[in-house]
Amino acid sequence: MSEVPRFWREAKHRYRLVGTRCENCNTLYFPPRDICPKCRRESVGKMREEELSGEGEIYSFTIVHDGLEQFKLQVPYVMALIKTKEGPLVTGQIVDCDPSEIKIGMNVRSVLRKVRTEGKSGILQYGYKFELK
Amino acid sequence: MRDVYVVGVGTTRYGELWDQSLRDLASEAGLRALVDAGLKAEDIDALYGANTSSGQFIDQEHIAALISDYSGISELGIPSIRIEAGSASGGAALHQAFLAVKSGQYDTIAVGGVEKMTDVPSEVANEIIGGSLDAEWETFLGATEPSIAALIARRHEYDRGVKRENYAILPVISHKHASMNETSHFKNVIKIDDVINASLVAEPLTVYDTAPVSDGASAVIITSDKKKIKSASNPIKIKSSSMANDFLSLHDRNRIDTFKAVKKSTSKALEGAGITLEKVDGFEIHDSYSIAGLIQLEELFGKEALRMSENGEYYYDSSCPINVSGGLKAHGNPLGATGVYQAVEATIQLRGNAGLRQVKDSRNFMIHNMGGLGTTSVTTILGVE
Amino acid sequence: MSSIVSYGSYVPRFRIKAEEIARIWGENPENIKGGLMIYSKSVPGPDEDVLTISAEAAKNAIKRSGIDKSTIGAIFVGSESHPYAVKPTASILVEALGLPNSIHSADYEFACKAGTAAMQNVMGLVDSGMIENGLAIGADTSQGAPGDALEYSASAGGTAYIIGKKGIADINRTYSYTTDTPDFWRREGEKYPSHGGRFTGEPAYFKHVLMGAKKMMEMQNTKPTDYDYAVFHQPNGKFPTRAAKMLGFKEEQVKDGLLTPIIGNTYSASMMIGLSAILEKSEPGDRILAVAFGSGAGSDAFDITVNDSIRSFNKNAATGVMDQINRPIWVDYANYVKYRGKILMRGE
Ligand SMILES: [Zn+2]
Repeated sequence: MSEVPRFWREAKHRYRLVGTRCENCNTLYFPPRDICPKCRRESVGKMREEELSGEGEIYSFTIVHDGLEQFKLQVPYVMALIKTKEGPLVTGQIVDCDPSEIKIGMNVRSVLRKVRTEGKSGILQYGYKFELK
Repeated sequence: MRDVYVVGVGTTRYGELWDQSLRDLASEAGLRALVDAGLKAEDIDALYGANTSSGQFIDQEHIAALISDYSGISELGIPSIRIEAGSASGGAALHQAFLAVKSGQYDTIAVGGVEKMTDVPSEVANEIIGGSLDAEWETFLGATEPSIAALIARRHEYDRGVKRENYAILPVISHKHASMNETSHFKNVIKIDDVINASLVAEPLTVYDTAPVSDGASAVIITSDKKKIKSASNPIKIKSSSMANDFLSLHDRNRIDTFKAVKKSTSKALEGAGITLEKVDGFEIHDSYSIAGLIQLEELFGKEALRMSENGEYYYDSSCPINVSGGLKAHGNPLGATGVYQAVEATIQLRGNAGLRQVKDSRNFMIHNMGGLGTTSVTTILGVE
Repeated sequence: MSSIVSYGSYVPRFRIKAEEIARIWGENPENIKGGLMIYSKSVPGPDEDVLTISAEAAKNAIKRSGIDKSTIGAIFVGSESHPYAVKPTASILVEALGLPNSIHSADYEFACKAGTAAMQNVMGLVDSGMIENGLAIGADTSQGAPGDALEYSASAGGTAYIIGKKGIADINRTYSYTTDTPDFWRREGEKYPSHGGRFTGEPAYFKHVLMGAKKMMEMQNTKPTDYDYAVFHQPNGKFPTRAAKMLGFKEEQVKDGLLTPIIGNTYSASMMIGLSAILEKSEPGDRILAVAFGSGAGSDAFDITVNDSIRSFNKNAATGVMDQINRPIWVDYANYVKYRGKILMRGE
């Protein structure tokens, strides 16, 4: 099943961690939002796109042994919550590491990786992951 | 406003029910509840069907109509609607039915919950269970629901010094209780080491920290009709039902190891029932993951939650019985059905019909159904006067 | 005259040793290490491809350059392993790098010299005044058939150059030499390439590399001693070492750009990545001869002089190629075939 538009719509956010900042209260959000949960209607029309640096530290993590089919080649893989330098927590995979060396507080940076593929003939879906700094 | 009573309950066995389809399960549970209530289909004003993901599990949407049809009552034209709130669908359907009856719009509603999960391979089931998360910003990136629960566990251990045993004990308790419940998915008793040393799902969680993939259906008949209440053998009052929500994803919450929605819905429910926590004799909580169970207990009992677990107070015959049914962990976790089964269990307990696992002198039961991990929270309090 | 404004490379962290591959195929690893001068090679992770490698290399180049991305008017990506047969890598990179949409872009293919062809095309646009800055990328995740000699060398990596009017290393001249020589090829739809065995040597690699270098020195009126560094396409360690010797270059001139013995042949990135390692340590006035070779066959030669701007160049804004090379994660052959998609999965 092809989900081209659904993926395409988010490409910018997935490729470059483009979030949104509420110009009413100055809070930065990732994933992007149209409405600020703090300012609600005050924020309408005041959410501006802003790119995160991709730098941050591990807030929590887990080593996934019973993983999704799309990630089978990477099992066991590390999923984490990253506390970004700019503030938002971001859910993402940590790649290119020995899972047993991962600890809360370690510094990471974002990398662009292939996240999913629509089978052998469908589109390739790229997005952010994280690597140890 | 009117008082609302549960006048009939019914459930199928929970487990891997290879020879029963979704429609078989739903009609079995519904019929059992109707018989238990001493009512006929003509007595039902509406059917509320709870289900989480039939579209993905069996390619079937529009299932309230299907259930009504295959329960043989389509000629009656009874309004039938599906209610979905992730894995809190059962609780949400009960909540909605309670409001509808209380308001006087309907007198009698059949609330059914059903999930048929084993028609797909387990890896597909895992993907579907992840549907409660954010598809774009969690599951797309590789998160499974157990992995999100594991993120909570890891941070909870880190921030609060909680030990592995503090939540590994919950599946042990659930299995013990399930062994005394004939409709349970699992009937084996386990030890804490079994939980910790089982095969890893998402570290630190193992298969024993996570509720199983189960088939099953449960139903309750609720009414405000004085005649039906009177003729029922043992009506149980729904004292209150409250619901609250939080951010869908952990990454948007200020703290990931608290469930604000749980705190809200449980305290509102207590307030609605006009009772304090001490008056609750038994709790059914949403132990889809052991760590989620612990966080719910912490929202209920605060710091005492850990001490109570260490003192063995959560067993059926102790001071604060939790999941005497066996919980989602061991009685089974057919997603959309669990919230309804919790009401079945509370009713059985309050009627004094729970046999070996009977909670003594129980007058009030709190049941708590959750969608995702602390995202949707439904709390209902049932009791006798 | 256009100039290299910035550069960035990316080498995957996973590596496999020649011994490990030799173990599987019952070969003597000393023949590979001594004969071909290949000790290990990079292996792309299961989630890496030419797009992700190009993106990381280009991000490194952009970070170091400090330029405004809106001044980038072209992006050309050379590879023989583009993720799509039809659907440009370049257009995905425009979004992934946040480049302006008013941009010239295309994917190139010319075996191992598609990346340098991209450099020449950017130079043309800069010199003609059509653009201010442009990105030229060479990247590959090349495949060697299991058991083939290429399996020891076919690796993954990428390098991106930002080329503009004012940079850190001026490109004095470029020269290309092209003939119809079928030394190495891959037919449409085939997974693994084929090659002409020893035919890939004299009539292909050496003829074109030597011609590129000689013609360049003839046109520039230079001789090997005029250069501080020389870097050639590196299908293995042996070929470029021999080519350097035949041309009269000394080991000191070529050793800094010779990365294949450790990371393998990164194909479209091969010479470009070697050049990036040289730029990381070069100083004002350093002169570099760089010659890429692409099977099929052709060579692209560059005569480069590093200028004073390199003193203020912020190379530490990104991870250097040597730093990347020096943090390997070793994998065994089983994980290597898993990562490279050589295991037939259900449904395939
Ligand atoms: Zn705001």
